[in-house]
Amino acid sequence: MIQQILSAALAVLIALAACFAYFWGTNWVLDKLVATDNSMSPETVTRRDNRRSAIRPWLFIFPALLFLTVYLVYPVFETLRLSFFDKFGQNFIGFANYGWALSDPGFWQAAFNNVGWLLIVPFFSTAFGLIIATLADRLWWGNIAKSLIFMPMAISFVGASVIWKFVYTYRGPGIEQIGVLNAIVVGLGGEPQTWLTIPVLNSVLLMVILIWIQTGFAMVILSAALRGVPEETLEAARIDGANDFRIFFDIMIPQIWGTLIVVWTTITITVLKVFDIVYAMTNGEFQTQVLANFMYRWMFISGDYGRGSTIAVILMLAVVPIMVWNIRRANAEEGTR
Amino acid sequence: MTSIASEGSISVPSTSQTRPRVNIGRIAAHVALLFFVALWTFPTVGLLISSVRDKDQLAVSGWWTALTPATTQNASRVGAAADQVQEGGAFVIKGNILGGDSAGRQIVSFGTTNAELAAAPAGGKLPMRDGGEITVAANGDYVWTSPTEFTHTARPRIYFVMGAQPRFTLENYVAVLSAEGIAQSFINSITVAIPSTVIPIMIAAFAAYALAWMRFPGRGLVVALVVGLLVVPLQMSLIPLLRMYNVFANVIGTDSKGYPGVWLAHTAFGLPLAIYLLRNYMAGLPREIMESARIDGASHFKIFTTMVLPLSFPALASFAIFQFLWIWNDLLVALVFLGAQDDKVVLTGRLVSLLGTQGDNWELLTSGAFVSIVVPLIVFFSLQRYFVRGLLAGSVK
Repeated sequence: MIQQILSAALAVLIALAACFAYFWGTNWVLDKLVATDNSMSPETVTRRDNRRSAIRPWLFIFPALLFLTVYLVYPVFETLRLSFFDKFGQNFIGFANYGWALSDPGFWQAAFNNVGWLLIVPFFSTAFGLIIATLADRLWWGNIAKSLIFMPMAISFVGASVIWKFVYTYRGPGIEQIGVLNAIVVGLGGEPQTWLTIPVLNSVLLMVILIWIQTGFAMVILSAALRGVPEETLEAARIDGANDFRIFFDIMIPQIWGTLIVVWTTITITVLKVFDIVYAMTNGEFQTQVLANFMYRWMFISGDYGRGSTIAVILMLAVVPIMVWNIRRANAEEGTR
Repeated sequence: MTSIASEGSISVPSTSQTRPRVNIGRIAAHVALLFFVALWTFPTVGLLISSVRDKDQLAVSGWWTALTPATTQNASRVGAAADQVQEGGAFVIKGNILGGDSAGRQIVSFGTTNAELAAAPAGGKLPMRDGGEITVAANGDYVWTSPTEFTHTARPRIYFVMGAQPRFTLENYVAVLSAEGIAQSFINSITVAIPSTVIPIMIAAFAAYALAWMRFPGRGLVVALVVGLLVVPLQMSLIPLLRMYNVFANVIGTDSKGYPGVWLAHTAFGLPLAIYLLRNYMAGLPREIMESARIDGASHFKIFTTMVLPLSFPALASFAIFQFLWIWNDLLVALVFLGAQDDKVVLTGRLVSLLGTQGDNWELLTSGAFVSIVVPLIVFFSLQRYFVRGLLAGSVK
């Protein structure tokens, strides 16, 4: 055990030393190779200066680019290529994998559930986040409240799954329930249920976990945006006799509209990739399958590179619109800088 | 004014008319926020309380009853004629219906049939069918006396309601840490998290500086690439990387699943966010400082290491916290690139397998889950400021 920690520490040291050696070394080599001194003509000096400043940025970003290319860019194209190949990635089979996906009820089940997640989780996370941010900013103990509601953000999806599985846990009728949900149901005179085996409802109960986690995120971002709404605007509205609800819906919401969209899309991306919760809670049984877990199954249980890649590509396609929109926004910002 | 009011005047000054309405709104806001806080914290509180409860009590009663004695129904046999002794003028059978082990448990009431558990409270007297009267004390000691000699051979049953004192213990933690491999996984998680948090910082910082403060053709393209990669699902990377790792492991003759592979993967997956966060932060540093340093003849390398890096500490801290939490909480990457062997499986992976094998042993699951979330919670509560700052920089921009 100790040895393991030491090896990790050693890895850190080696990596830092390697980084330092690379950045300092290449920088030194560049200055030596393309050096300038007083004996050179002004034209040579300018030319060499220009060459140095053309090369140096690439030295700075080379390691990052290397990592990004090998681990993210190349795999995107490779996965795309594999999606047109068979189980072992050897024979080209055209669109057969996509044809399989479109005719497979399991795929449609997962895709349908994913759409449900996409409609429900971002909406409720953003809505709750907005309500809580609005409430908390008016009360003296608001910061404590925000801290507590934000806390699930620090907990892993697996940890959250254990926490909520305990809430949903079931004991036979007539025995004292130890899960909160069943205890409430029994307390109200109902029958205890094995919640996670009831289709549709179980998916909603899994979504509750992600809403529980993501609300804190939405709340923090929206709270900052709400504080950015100029006090004069609100004051002017109050003088004009607008009540709190009018101020909230007619002034605050339009002012933070851009932030709302950012929060919504960020949660949407998280939702698309949701894997851990389903994997830990039901593993896709009882009609709770989602695409990320479906892909994991085809890839790592069935060992089918082609179909696994196909599902990944479909996930990627769902992200592309958001990606394009993000890049456009970033480019627009770049222009103003 | 106040004196008039205290004398019971009904004339209310017009200015205070709005007061009560505002107060109702305030109270409603307090109540609503309290409701949300309760709704958001009860699952975690339940987990925490359950993890320190006695495992037998945890199995039969809800955690919200943890402070009240749990009552269970039970039955036990008392002595036969052979056990009797003569004391004074009476015949007595003595013993303890809890078997002498009354630690934390006590008798609430007892009876002689299954239907009459509450026939007498602890310390009360009940007539017995075999003659005489029995008294059961709270600690389980019973005294059965009769003026005539006992003759029964079958040991009669006493039915009783037993209250167990609420018991809190760290036994569950000891059990889960020693027997269920959580301790080893804790070490594994640390082994994965530390290098994967540190390595990307330096790589990203240099790239971020170049993208923020150096002018070169293709800069916009690189920025667009980073922004685009921010949202690419990890699922796109898994298969090609696994194939690549397998080929590489074959060539050099090692296992394709190991810590170096995970460190590099986490480093790469963390880079887009790292570069994005750091670039945004560095771009906001005052231009004058940079330019005057340039005029003084300082190189980019020097400006970066002596000025920008120290000034960017808050952003570096934000990213480090993000990356650490992300890695600690990750399941997918560790599952794919590290596997589930005992010496490699991380806490999240171990917890999932516990869910499978110990599905109903909540004392192990709750304590195991707490062990896995305690580190992120400490990081979160102690460094929340940086965490929030990073969150804001990462998405509002």
